[in-house]
Amino acid sequence: MDRAERIALTLAGILTTTAFLGIVFAAYGMGVMVPTSIKDMKPFERDTVIQISDRHYEIHYIARMWTFFPQEVKIPVGSTVDIYLTSKDIIHGFNIHEKAVNLMAIPNAVNHVRVTFDREGEYRIVCHEYCGIGHQMMSAKIVVYNPEVEDEGG
Amino acid sequence: MKVDRGLRWLVLLELLIPAALLTLGIYHGLMQVLYRAGWIRASEFWGLEYYQGLTLHGVVNALVFTTFFAVAFGNILVPYLLKMRYNMKVAWFSFALMLTGTLFASWAILSRKASVLYTFYPPLKAHPLFYIGLALVVIGSWVAFFNWIPVYLRWRRENPDKKTPIGIVGLFVQFIVWTIASVAVAYEIVFMLIPWSMGWVETVNAELARTLFWMFGHPLVYFWLLGAYIMYYAMLPKVAGGKLYSDFAARLVFMLFILFSMPVGVHHQFTDPSIGHNWKLLHTFFTYLVFIPSFLTAFTLAASLEYAGRKNGGNGLFGWWLRLPWFRTDGNKWLFSYFIAGLFIFIFGGISGLVQASYSVNLLVHNTSWVPGHFHMTVAGPVFLAFTGMMLYIVHRLTGREIPFRRFTVLVPYMWMIGIALFSWGLMRGGLHGEPRRTNLGLSYLNPDSPLYMPDWKLYTAITAVGGIIMFTAMLIYFIQLFGMFFSKKTGDGTIEFPIAEPYHDENVPWVLNFRPWIIVLLIIVAIAYTPVIIDVMQSTFGGSPPYSPENPIPLR
Repeated sequence: MDRAERIALTLAGILTTTAFLGIVFAAYGMGVMVPTSIKDMKPFERDTVIQISDRHYEIHYIARMWTFFPQEVKIPVGSTVDIYLTSKDIIHGFNIHEKAVNLMAIPNAVNHVRVTFDREGEYRIVCHEYCGIGHQMMSAKIVVYNPEVEDEGG
Repeated sequence: MKVDRGLRWLVLLELLIPAALLTLGIYHGLMQVLYRAGWIRASEFWGLEYYQGLTLHGVVNALVFTTFFAVAFGNILVPYLLKMRYNMKVAWFSFALMLTGTLFASWAILSRKASVLYTFYPPLKAHPLFYIGLALVVIGSWVAFFNWIPVYLRWRRENPDKKTPIGIVGLFVQFIVWTIASVAVAYEIVFMLIPWSMGWVETVNAELARTLFWMFGHPLVYFWLLGAYIMYYAMLPKVAGGKLYSDFAARLVFMLFILFSMPVGVHHQFTDPSIGHNWKLLHTFFTYLVFIPSFLTAFTLAASLEYAGRKNGGNGLFGWWLRLPWFRTDGNKWLFSYFIAGLFIFIFGGISGLVQASYSVNLLVHNTSWVPGHFHMTVAGPVFLAFTGMMLYIVHRLTGREIPFRRFTVLVPYMWMIGIALFSWGLMRGGLHGEPRRTNLGLSYLNPDSPLYMPDWKLYTAITAVGGIIMFTAMLIYFIQLFGMFFSKKTGDGTIEFPIAEPYHDENVPWVLNFRPWIIVLLIIVAIAYTPVIIDVMQSTFGGSPPYSPENPIPLR
């Protein structure tokens, strides 16, 4: 190996190492985690929305050809939501528009992510894994509202 | 090299049969961008349904064409580089297996019995012949490889002082990676999907099948890429008019591909349940290691091109750029345009791959149109251009017939490069805004009359469509040249020569010469990377799934 080659290889090594350390820092330092394996929760049979405390919700989503249950959930702005997701039939995807929530819905397994909604608005959920001829219709939404504004309006 | 009748027919059939199918796959590539832009708002067009066509596009372009090409290329490269013959009967047998498999799978897809896409995730069920067909294609390619091994071993015995030619090193690494990785998918198909689709077993574990698929699915990507790498290392420097900068770097890169090609598949499953996040991070680590040989390749190829440019009379920091055969159409020089256009695309394909393999960053782009934006810049970039360019060259030499409209040969790859830049930019930009992949957008999200209408995606899908149309036009020219060759005059004698580059730095480094230690380390790494993943999947899935048709939410049994 000549000198130029050694320099190139060293730079490549430094670049790759730095980028990888950035990933580790994002994951363990800043808590940006990808889904993990859940061994103590069997797939649920019904979809539910549970209010755990003032600004903490748990939503159990069921994906099936070609819809999500619940179809629409309303939560106050600033809420933290634990999303649990399973599929009743085949593999589906679950992507919340403009939020880094990205899950696969796998039959006989439970997926989980925790997410906080800081901004009001309507968040579209799109199925992003091919699931048969109705796939392009498979969608749901989460409406994040401001409870104070709603109270004033009566 | 003089080519006898049997070998000529074998290689020509192995190239032209998938090329004929490829026209259909490419046709539906064009159709998809039109559906996705909302320019076609229907579920089918001219009797081909969207997802049926998407399955065809994936299976034909990515599995059938690439595998056939790899086998055909090896079948001509082994006798050319080693000057020894393999057993022709075995080679024909491998061709027969692959052809039968292709016919089975094509029949299943074209008769709408297998609209399950090329990843065929259960519990969507295809016709059993679809799975059997795919298995036969894989097994046929194994047979071809096993046919070359004794030839290689004999060459090694008879030439103890010579180093194995780089082309053969690349070819063998390509098929070692392929053979070891396809054991996972062969297990999935033979022991899980075929019995389940025949009704011999009731259910299948969807997540386990998916994990086994990706254990094969990512090395598959390197199987494609390595085919292009053979040409980049062994031929590109010669075509450019120079030498391969470093023989050692080339051998090291190929050996590193043996190590890191396989323990990376979970990076396709970051958003899956049932796999612990620490194991996902371990696979990210191994994926990052792949970037070392990639950077080394970028350096070695650039250095080889600089050497060639300077030897052709170029001076100064950038002057040598002008002395490369960008637009030459004489002899085999036109191959340069196919190689270099692919390499330009690959820069962006590689970087976008680095982005989406980055663990938590993947949450932004997983399964969005970013992903096909990325992989079209790898498999439909360097791989596709290297394969189609080499196919044109081999057919031209073996038939001895002149390439019609020869000046257009250099137009095709640059047109393709521009087309794919627009195509992938549109897909990736849309993906960052949540545009899903594998979706007939025209029926819902790109239909202003639908309650699901997403005006954000209009611009991006339109740019993608324009790019797709340019790509399609380039391929139209290509196929006119390829099939038009049979109507043009005979100028050659049917012999074939490949431009094989000499090394510039030729070091003797013994530890990159032998495949065996690298294969052993690979097996150890795969055991470390995959044992905990499989255990996790088994512990956090609860039961199996009955089969479903893509057309009906009620299970088939």
